Amino acid sequence: MDFTLNDEQRMFAETAQTLFADTCTPDHWRKQMETGDARDDARWQAIVETGFTLLLLPEEAGGLGLTELDFALIAERAGYVALPEPLAESAGVAAPMLAVLAPDHEALADPSTTIAIQHPSAPYVADADLAGAILLYKDGEAYVATPDQVALTRESSIDPFRRLFRIDWDPANVTSLGKADWDLAFDRAALFCAAQGLGLAQRAVDMAVAYAQERQQFGKAISTYQAVKHHLASAQVAIEFARPVVMAAAADVARQDVQSRARVSHAKLVALEAADKAARASIQVHGAMGYSWEVDVHLFLKRALALTQAWGTPAFHRSRIATRIFTQPIGPDQTFARENENA
Amino acid sequence: MDLTYTPEQQAFRAEVRAWLEAHVPSEPLEHFDATREGFEAHREWEKTLKSGDWGMVTWPKEYGGRGLDLIQWLIFEEEYYRAGAPGRVNQNGIFLLGPTLMEFGTHEQKARFLPKMASGEEIWAQAWSEPMAGSDLAGVRSTAVLDGDEYVLNGHKIWSSRAVFADWAFGLFRAPGSERHHGMSLIFFPLDAPGVTVNAIKKINGHVGFAEIFLEDVRVPAFNRLGDEGQGWHICMATAGFERGLMLRSPARYQVAAAKLAGLWQEYKDAVDPALEADVVRAHMNAEAYALNIYQTASRLMAGAKIGPEASTNKIFWSELDIHLTQTALSILGTKAELMHDAPDAYHATDWIDDYIFALAGPIYAGSNEIQRNIIAERMLGLPRK
Ligand SMILES: Cc1cc2nc3c(=O)[nH]c(=O)nc-3n(C[C@H](O)[C@H](O)[C@H](O)COP(=O)(O)OP(=O)(O)OC[C@H]3O[C@@H](n4cnc5c(N)ncnc54)[C@H](O)[C@@H]3O)c2cc1C
Repeated sequence: MDFTLNDEQRMFAETAQTLFADTCTPDHWRKQMETGDARDDARWQAIVETGFTLLLLPEEAGGLGLTELDFALIAERAGYVALPEPLAESAGVAAPMLAVLAPDHEALADPSTTIAIQHPSAPYVADADLAGAILLYKDGEAYVATPDQVALTRESSIDPFRRLFRIDWDPANVTSLGKADWDLAFDRAALFCAAQGLGLAQRAVDMAVAYAQERQQFGKAISTYQAVKHHLASAQVAIEFARPVVMAAAADVARQDVQSRARVSHAKLVALEAADKAARASIQVHGAMGYSWEVDVHLFLKRALALTQAWGTPAFHRSRIATRIFTQPIGPDQTFARENENA
Repeated sequence: MDLTYTPEQQAFRAEVRAWLEAHVPSEPLEHFDATREGFEAHREWEKTLKSGDWGMVTWPKEYGGRGLDLIQWLIFEEEYYRAGAPGRVNQNGIFLLGPTLMEFGTHEQKARFLPKMASGEEIWAQAWSEPMAGSDLAGVRSTAVLDGDEYVLNGHKIWSSRAVFADWAFGLFRAPGSERHHGMSLIFFPLDAPGVTVNAIKKINGHVGFAEIFLEDVRVPAFNRLGDEGQGWHICMATAGFERGLMLRSPARYQVAAAKLAGLWQEYKDAVDPALEADVVRAHMNAEAYALNIYQTASRLMAGAKIGPEASTNKIFWSELDIHLTQTALSILGTKAELMHDAPDAYHATDWIDDYIFALAGPIYAGSNEIQRNIIAERMLGLPRK
């Protein structure tokens, strides 16, 4: 039993943090919002060069063969900067799925190619128009298409960086890949939403902390007021009790049993609740500034709102936890229990 | 990260389980705060525990422990709560003072106090709060004056849990004329020493669970001072870290409660508001999140880290989850919620109303949750004090 990250994981996370801190600043957001570009090419190139898009791919497929925990640490940092590019869904969910189903697919040949994925729980797909391949779900089977083989309808999102598309498609016009492990894809997607939620939450708190030290009212910094402090402290508590759940979910997601699914669901619920709580506290602490387009806090609120509903609604995730509680032994000796141990 | 137990850890769990199955009293003991008999029955249980060497597993063998690590301690606690074993009447000793002694005590002090603490021979109360020093603990006015190799203690302590029946207290005193965080010392005194008067105070549940203590020229050897003179505040903050951060409330307690709540829900769900299921699920999530957080903390401490201000997030989390959990049980029980244990129609499997009333103290003791939020804001987030 060891709940600590290893040196390599810490190093990867730091690399991601530095890369994102340099390439995904408020200036970058602003520029991208003005130009309406889907992608910051320099940033994406840097992400690709660092190997993040290859992280979860098996070594046979030219990947790094690392784990969901490693990727979750990157996704957390991506959340911290509200990364516009769909790194989590492409490299964390779609690419590893495609690598299993069609290892020779040309979309896997170039690590800078993004792969989109559509599922009933995530019907609106970010940057589907730019994807080298789109994975599609129907009755538990997987299909793959290129954007020109499907009908893409732009659906605008409240999140300025989510360029969403509805995808209408006909199985006759796309390539069938047969039965696929959609459960694993779903759990990975939900897990990486959760990991991003942690980052979103921490950034919202950090922005409010910084603003509260600057802003003066009644002759002193608003950071001295207890009501302000307590809003932020409560948000931090939510983060502190979401992070270990996300880490444990990441460590166990591949097990694919009732317990691991419940833990992923738990992670997604609490990490995005923390993100919502932190973003709203942050807006409140910023006052009208927080309600203005010019101040960036709203980006975090909006991303949290989107990720809360995508890849399983809160009600769905609660139901998976209920299944774990009511069909498996629970109690203090069951924290790390597995389904097959109780068979 | 490896979230599986080693074979040694599994064997340890089996050992604890077998011992507890053979020794835990089949009938629950009367509450240790209710009567002297209840208190003494719990002391007997502590002696039984010690006879199996389970008094405080993390302490070194020479001081009455087993020299085990924090993961083993968590496993022990899991089995302990799972077995429904009696509450630890000496919790202020073993969970608060014990670790503090381990950090600040001399070998002689450890050898004098720890083994008897581990065996329940000496049961401890914490005597910090005073009528004018609650949240603002640095406002303590009780004094300690060195006279030869003895301290002379004077003052008025209050809200001291279990002081009515306990044997010893660890108190916070100051040198006369000193102010605020300076000049304080942590000193032990026997609760039956000449000059000590203990008056019981009833809690809202009617139990004589805490007491006020008057000290008039109480003389104790200087040996009873923990750490250096004037180091009292620093030591108290370390104790508070153990109290809030790790030891006082082990996650197993809430995991057992959440499991009982799930059982209650199964029994009543056809008769009550289906929306309550979300709260039952939430209670389980909270207990699990707390457990995972503590496993993370234990791993960090074992890798050499120290408890920091994040202990304050724990204290908020466990106290709030406890209220939510027990309140959910009351919502499920509906009109039976108010019934006391001796009422014929009461729900008997768990005394939920008692647990709820107990939970309500959580946000107050061990530093109120408002104070914890101040600490988080100031020491974790770096917001200014003033
Ligand atoms: C069940 C129980 C057991 C206890 N056991 C012990 C024990 O064994 N030994 C012991 O020494 N003490 C014990 N205590 C006392 C406990 O430590 C104090 O109650 C606690 O520190 C709060 O102090 P107070 O009661 O004087 O409240 P006060 O300090 O008067 O606080 C009253 C209210 O004001 C708020 N408040 C105070 N200052 C601030 C501030 N700066 N910012 C925001 N809000 C503030 C508090 O949060 C609280 O809501 C126990 C208390 C309880 C309820």
